[in-house]
Amino acid sequence: MSAESRRTDRYVDQYAERAKGMVASEIRALFAVASRPEIVSLAGGTPYVAALPLDDVGAMVGAMVARHGTQALQYCTAQGDAGLRERICEVMALEAVQAHPDDVVVTVGSQQALDLLARIFIDPGDVILAEAPSYVGALGAFAAYQADVVHVPMDDDGLIPEALSAALARVAASGRKPKFLYTVPNFHNPAGVTLAATRRQQVLDICQRAGLLVVEDNPYGLLGFDTEPMRALRADDPDGVVYLGTFSKTFAAGVRVGWAVAPPAIRDKLILAAESAVLCHSSFAQLTVREYLATQPWREQIKEFRELYRERRDATLDALERLMPPGCRWTRPAGGFYVWLQLPAGVDAKAMLPRAIAARVAYVPGTGFYADGSGAQFARLCYAFPPPERITEGIRRLAAVVESEAALRSDFGR
Amino acid sequence: MAELEQVVILAGGLSPEREVSLRSGGRVRDALSLVGLDDVVVLDADAGLLAQLQQFPPNAVFPAIHGSCGEDGSIREVLSLLGLPYVGSVPSACRAAFDKPTAKSLAAAAGVATPLSVTLPREIFHDLGAAAVVSLIVARLGLPLHVKPSRGGSALGAAPVLRSADLSAALLGCFAYGDIALIEQYVTGTEVAVSVLDLGDGPRALPAVEIAPGDGGYDYAARYTPGKTEFYVPARLPVPVAADVAAAALTVHSVLGLRDLSRTDLIVDAAGTAWFLEVNVAPGMTETSTLPLALEAAGHEFGAACLRLLSVAAARGG
Repeated sequence: MSAESRRTDRYVDQYAERAKGMVASEIRALFAVASRPEIVSLAGGTPYVAALPLDDVGAMVGAMVARHGTQALQYCTAQGDAGLRERICEVMALEAVQAHPDDVVVTVGSQQALDLLARIFIDPGDVILAEAPSYVGALGAFAAYQADVVHVPMDDDGLIPEALSAALARVAASGRKPKFLYTVPNFHNPAGVTLAATRRQQVLDICQRAGLLVVEDNPYGLLGFDTEPMRALRADDPDGVVYLGTFSKTFAAGVRVGWAVAPPAIRDKLILAAESAVLCHSSFAQLTVREYLATQPWREQIKEFRELYRERRDATLDALERLMPPGCRWTRPAGGFYVWLQLPAGVDAKAMLPRAIAARVAYVPGTGFYADGSGAQFARLCYAFPPPERITEGIRRLAAVVESEAALRSDFGR
Repeated sequence: MAELEQVVILAGGLSPEREVSLRSGGRVRDALSLVGLDDVVVLDADAGLLAQLQQFPPNAVFPAIHGSCGEDGSIREVLSLLGLPYVGSVPSACRAAFDKPTAKSLAAAAGVATPLSVTLPREIFHDLGAAAVVSLIVARLGLPLHVKPSRGGSALGAAPVLRSADLSAALLGCFAYGDIALIEQYVTGTEVAVSVLDLGDGPRALPAVEIAPGDGGYDYAARYTPGKTEFYVPARLPVPVAADVAAAALTVHSVLGLRDLSRTDLIVDAAGTAWFLEVNVAPGMTETSTLPLALEAAGHEFGAACLRLLSVAAARGG
């Protein structure tokens, strides 16, 4: 028998350069375990859809198919259902965005809007400004188009305007101009902080002066615990801001319906890009959301979500306060899903994850939220899905793991 | 041979190898379906398992759970308690195989070469001072070294150490996956995996599979990203050396008291010596795993071999 070379992927030499990094990873393997019910998962940003009136939603979907089945089961336009776009404008009005349905492009969650924006704006090596840390899904979308992400620091009041100016100057000094600023102003993912009202105009002014487009990603804006929704950036600069929204957190992640509101020229390119990507989006999903907004008490449902998540946020902060070892710090979100945890000096959240999974608790290591590989000392905790008592138990387990890891690092002088 | 009406594949578990296990289990199920066995249920090792097995006892069970629980003998103890026949080794043999230092000792006692090593728990670094222990290891074993958890697989927590300055980092990575580290001399050479299969007529070594990973070594990504590693089947070894690696795998299979199937990982150095690294009692069955490649090279159809293993187990009884 002669030796035969076997590659388990015969096309291995034919993939594009950008696919080279798409490999199996230990982290993904660990997350496969995190989805098991034995694990207290503070990892995925999973909304608690069990709080929805599922019987009512089921009846609504049935009635929708009975009344609009030939539309719901048919192709539609790439821009999305006109009736849904009207409803989306009503939702955005809660954050002072005055938009016309023609300005709206429906997308598959806001993730597809990120992909479409990257597709129409980013050539390999183009600079994108993004907060430090930044949403991992956005970084993934930008990386797929080989962007060079430059991070801009935040503090407890969100993006620091002076740091934004400094970043712009640094990029300009290198002879480049960023394509846009990507920001999550409300209840940031992963940092949990919110861009202070006093900073919003400052950020817009800086971007206007620099001719820099702002991409405002706002999945959590309606999920504030203590105050009315803040005024969206787009409300004060419709020509300079592309606004991204989603129903994943305020209704159901499973319908995969989001949207973008953009200045007309960008909107037109987004529609063409969407057409080439998916031809059109799911009519069924769009009509489901349209019917939900038209027939169900969605504002009350958002209030219910807010109360539920507030209770879980409180449980998280209380447990962190009582249980975490010295050297840890964390943000105190006023809404949304996330606490950003800083671990004791030397403790690496990614390296610690296997031990945490073995202790039956999961989180997302901070490095995923930085394009430059930093953030090792941070972890994102999502409190949206587990009930409060499970959150407490999860943080109890996590605290023990952190303590053990810190001791180990100390033993090795690291 | 026993008639099979219903079989169960165990896949999943809570180890970091869960994803790999689910893929192994799914592949065995699909292969069995191709050879006409359709009543195949894939079950996870969770709180519903016992009730399911008691309510619908299968003719035989195919454990495809990797890592702890699947390979440390515990799930097989439970199957024994239930009186259910299963493919593979008995719990005591699994325990010996899963604990790499134990397996190395038994292999060495049977005359199979294995790299010089030490096994140390994390506490000893705390109690005696990590820097001093690290220095002692390097002084005694030299460089390069290979650090890995004493239990576990898929190269999780494993790392080569080329410089003494890197040993601490490798140990920290290792202790993320387990509290005991196996630190062994790194043998440079050709990495081979030799599967042993017993279809009821005695254990036979399948053709050795040579593993030629890229620059990053045979790490997790190289193992489970299709195309990232090149395999040669049979391994490009001189005939006497190929015979030696087959003999080594059979010796390990025998001396550890393994049953039905196993996969032994070895390194063949420049002098042709086969060095035993570890043995697996629930080898991977994914599309990038070496046992299915070896089966195919030996002329076995994957599904037919799995069916035969289940039949042998069913005939043997629980």
